[in-house]
Amino acid sequence: MTEPAAQPSGAVWLTREGLNQLLGALRAQGYEVIGPRLGEGAIIYDRIQTIEDLPAGWTEEQEAGRYRLRRRQDDALFGYNLGPQSWKKFLHPPVLRLFSAEKNNGEFRILPPDGESPRYAFVGVRACELAAIAVQDRVLLGDQFVEPNYEARRKELFIVAVQCTRAAPTCFCSSMGTGPQVQGGADLVLTELSEGFVARAASARGAEVLAAIERRPASAEECRQAEEAVAAAAAQIVRRLDTRDLVRRLYEACESPHWDDVARRCLACTNCTMVCPTCFCTTVEDTSTVTGDRAERWRKWDSCFTESFSYIHGGSVRTSVRSRYRQWLTHKLASWVDQFDMFGCVGCGRCITWCPAGIDLTEEVKKLLAPV
Amino acid sequence: MLRGLPRKPRIAVFKFASCDGCQLSLLDAEDELLAVADAVEIAYFPEASRRMLKGPYDIGLVEGSITTHHDAERIQQVRRQCRTLITIGACATAGGIQALRNWKDANEFVRHVYARPDFIQTLKMSTPIAEHVPVDGELRGCPINKNQLVELVSALVAGRKPNIPTHSVCMECKRQGTVCLLVARGVACLGPVTQAGCGALCPRYGRGCYGCFGPMEAANPASLSEIFRAQGRPNDAIVRDFRNFNAWAWQFRQASEEAERA
Ligand code: SF4
Ligand code: SF4
Ligand code: SF4
Repeated sequence: MTEPAAQPSGAVWLTREGLNQLLGALRAQGYEVIGPRLGEGAIIYDRIQTIEDLPAGWTEEQEAGRYRLRRRQDDALFGYNLGPQSWKKFLHPPVLRLFSAEKNNGEFRILPPDGESPRYAFVGVRACELAAIAVQDRVLLGDQFVEPNYEARRKELFIVAVQCTRAAPTCFCSSMGTGPQVQGGADLVLTELSEGFVARAASARGAEVLAAIERRPASAEECRQAEEAVAAAAAQIVRRLDTRDLVRRLYEACESPHWDDVARRCLACTNCTMVCPTCFCTTVEDTSTVTGDRAERWRKWDSCFTESFSYIHGGSVRTSVRSRYRQWLTHKLASWVDQFDMFGCVGCGRCITWCPAGIDLTEEVKKLLAPV
Repeated sequence: MLRGLPRKPRIAVFKFASCDGCQLSLLDAEDELLAVADAVEIAYFPEASRRMLKGPYDIGLVEGSITTHHDAERIQQVRRQCRTLITIGACATAGGIQALRNWKDANEFVRHVYARPDFIQTLKMSTPIAEHVPVDGELRGCPINKNQLVELVSALVAGRKPNIPTHSVCMECKRQGTVCLLVARGVACLGPVTQAGCGALCPRYGRGCYGCFGPMEAANPASLSEIFRAQGRPNDAIVRDFRNFNAWAWQFRQASEEAERA
């Protein structure tokens, strides 16, 4: 290795082989490397070994209620925007056994938890997704009660961000101030150009990993091209959400007749909350075997769109779909701010694309706030 | 409903108009069956055992719909004999596939199908058990899911609430990471209006949900029909989508009739 170690601020050039070495270096450090790959009908996040696993030459078309995989003209590895899954699937798993217990000869015993939490390295995290992880950090770690399962996964996490060089019509990160430029929270930040990547270490850990792989300083021209590519993505963003005075204006729209209009279309299917990278709600289920000698407690993703979600003694608080959609939207964009000093929406647009009814929060907000 | 069950509750399994598939789910739970047989007394289960003990029973599982005068009388007796009555499967909970007759003239079917129509006595309609007697709980599905059955029995024995969700199939897709067929491939999938419980089996294998588990809580089939129509699905196909195993469940009934009129 003749090159000097990269400075946290110094941009370097990585070839695709360099990226492959990066994946190998992360695995050698004991990380379980997770990245984009082609799933059944969409780009999903899953375990990856080498760059061969990445969705080379694939992209997607997105609009409200519709997603289609498409071939690109080139073989870009990160030439798509976002699929249905988010990284919360790993940091805040959809289904998790919290504990199990056993009864043996009249003796009751709580069994030790299922071994160690995985050490993840995420590759291909977008700017809005970094912001979403920051939101979940605030919710699950930022107060007096810390969620231990999330904490165990989060504190070991290594993040390789890849900046967007295109935007989907459903994206509105610029309205929420979260993208498309990566602002912070990553260990390494990559921008893909046709032959390779401009890479920058954003943490000491990032610099250390970068130092171990083949690279050279990026030229001024390459840095300029990378900046231009991200600017081009920003210029493609068409969706907007006007956040000025949004909290107050939404609360004032609490009795708007437009909630009924949404409720006519809404399926209460929960897809929006499942795909949202910031939604964190869970339910807890206790199970026991038929012989009664083993019991388990499971935690599962839940949603404010179900009836049981607001069930308290005597019944559900939110019996109408109108009240559930209102709960969801006003939590994302108003009461979340009261609770956590930030929006619960990062503008990724997943809830727009993956709503079978194509319900689009940016459009609904416009209608809710329109003077009557 | 669960309070005061004896240590070893007596279970009875009754059959009405049905294909036996749901009862077979109990036999199919081989691994768990021995434990079940240990935890409960199977007092009456003609499909499985010749031993038929007299009632009353602590738990009655009822499969099948009411399609004859005889059924209509027998379900009253069954109800009287069971402290807790649980309906299992689409026939018992919604009237089953045989409820398709409810839109037609049953006598005409009898004339066409049977060599001696005069031997056949049948009601005009196939109706769910709950239209005849009060029901304490239900397991949906065509057939039911054996894990839900084991969960139900385990919960009843332990005196706890069974974990039988009433939300959509979509939630099961998302929790297991199945990519949405409706959004990503334009497949007509009934998942958004169908109750969970199957583990999103069909979507996992690339087939749209057929709605075996019937309408979920707060089902909005009118909106789903709109979505199907916008994707170019003809109304007669939408009628058939909803007129299936759970055709007579009122939400699906309304949706198919609305599509028929459209
Ligand atoms: S807004 Fe869309 S995705 Fe969310 S519950 Fe309603 S129909 Fe389902
Ligand atoms: S509310 Fe919708 S756009 Fe906002 S972060 Fe969640 S999924 Fe993305
Ligand atoms: S495939 Fe069907 S059940 Fe699954 S999320 Fe999509 S619409 Fe819902």
